[in-house]
Amino acid sequence: MPLDDLTKGIVRSNPVFVLLLGICPTLATSGSLQTALAMGLAATFVLVSSNIVVSTIRGAIPKGVRIPCYIVIIATFVTMADLFLQGYAPGVSEEIGIFIPLIVVNCIILGRAEAFASKNGVGASALDGIGMGLGFTGALLLVSFIRELVGKGTLWGHPVLPGYNPIAVIASAPGAFLVLGFLLGLFNWLGALRKAQ
Amino acid sequence: MERLFAIIVGNILVTNFVLARFLGLCPFIGVSKKTSSAFGMGMAVTFVMTIASFVSYLLYAYVLKANAPMLVALLGGESETARRGLETALRTVSYILVIASLVQFVEMFLRKAAPALYRALGIYLPLITTNCAVMGVALLNTTDAPTPLALGEAVLQGFCAGVGFTLAMLLMSGIRERLELMAVPKPLQGVPIAFVCTGLIALAFLGFAGMV
Repeated sequence: MPLDDLTKGIVRSNPVFVLLLGICPTLATSGSLQTALAMGLAATFVLVSSNIVVSTIRGAIPKGVRIPCYIVIIATFVTMADLFLQGYAPGVSEEIGIFIPLIVVNCIILGRAEAFASKNGVGASALDGIGMGLGFTGALLLVSFIRELVGKGTLWGHPVLPGYNPIAVIASAPGAFLVLGFLLGLFNWLGALRKAQ
Repeated sequence: MERLFAIIVGNILVTNFVLARFLGLCPFIGVSKKTSSAFGMGMAVTFVMTIASFVSYLLYAYVLKANAPMLVALLGGESETARRGLETALRTVSYILVIASLVQFVEMFLRKAAPALYRALGIYLPLITTNCAVMGVALLNTTDAPTPLALGEAVLQGFCAGVGFTLAMLLMSGIRERLELMAVPKPLQGVPIAFVCTGLIALAFLGFAGMV
């Protein structure tokens, strides 16, 4: 079912909360909504493009050297995203720093190329990439929403809670681990609840 | 001397790769259930990171940086933006290829020299290729801001980042071995409680913040 390729990445096998992939960028760029959105979109672009290219040339890649081939394809799109952000959003690019070139070692992208795009057609692979990318972006936005709201009292840089004294630790490194840990626990609990019904 | 001290203390404690920079979390969560395999993984990563720092620094300083202006001139432009763009473009591709071949080499070496360790590390050894800590240290070594590192400093940074990673792995595996015996609430068992513990360790490491 083609629609299933699109929707499975968003909730049922969400890359961050269910498959536990791409944890590093999730934690590192979730300090504010802007960086999270930029990271999510950049990763989605790379994911969709590399899935399309890998599935297009999947017949031509010899089995023994497929991983290096995938890596070169992914690195090409990562470089494009990197240069685009440096050119059009230098502030955000500066803030995300090395995590933009590090998309190249993001397990979600190599994982989808190996597990899905190398075995399926172009259309299905593109849908899979969009779905997984949306799932990743959604997860990033959820974590960064909580961290920015609780840790800084702002949303998208605008103060939204007048008179609120922000819990700064949530916006710093330890808070990222705590928020993700408790969110994973919450999703486990919700999953168990639904199964029990 | 001061710079070297700053690199050592900075990478091991203050901006620990796992706890403050969020690099290398997949193996950190994946292999930290037992102290012995955590230590092995830490050693493998330290080894790869040190060599990767050395090789990527040479690649950057003597190939990419030295030849980027020539390549830009060949393509008919002379702007600073084009030069920087070309460096960025070639950096990502060349580093990942160098690191991937390095990991292959370490894997072959360990299979021959330390089969027990090789079996213990299992699938995580090839995964060092996609360990963002290795690629991360290569990138951090060769970004010009704020002050460019010398070759020796870059190698030291790679080694100390690996030691910091091993330290975090060992702390975590000690805690997780004990967690096995604790009555953790069901939804938090396994990875969620590991993240919460990591958060608390990171909180403790914030105490080092004033040192450098």
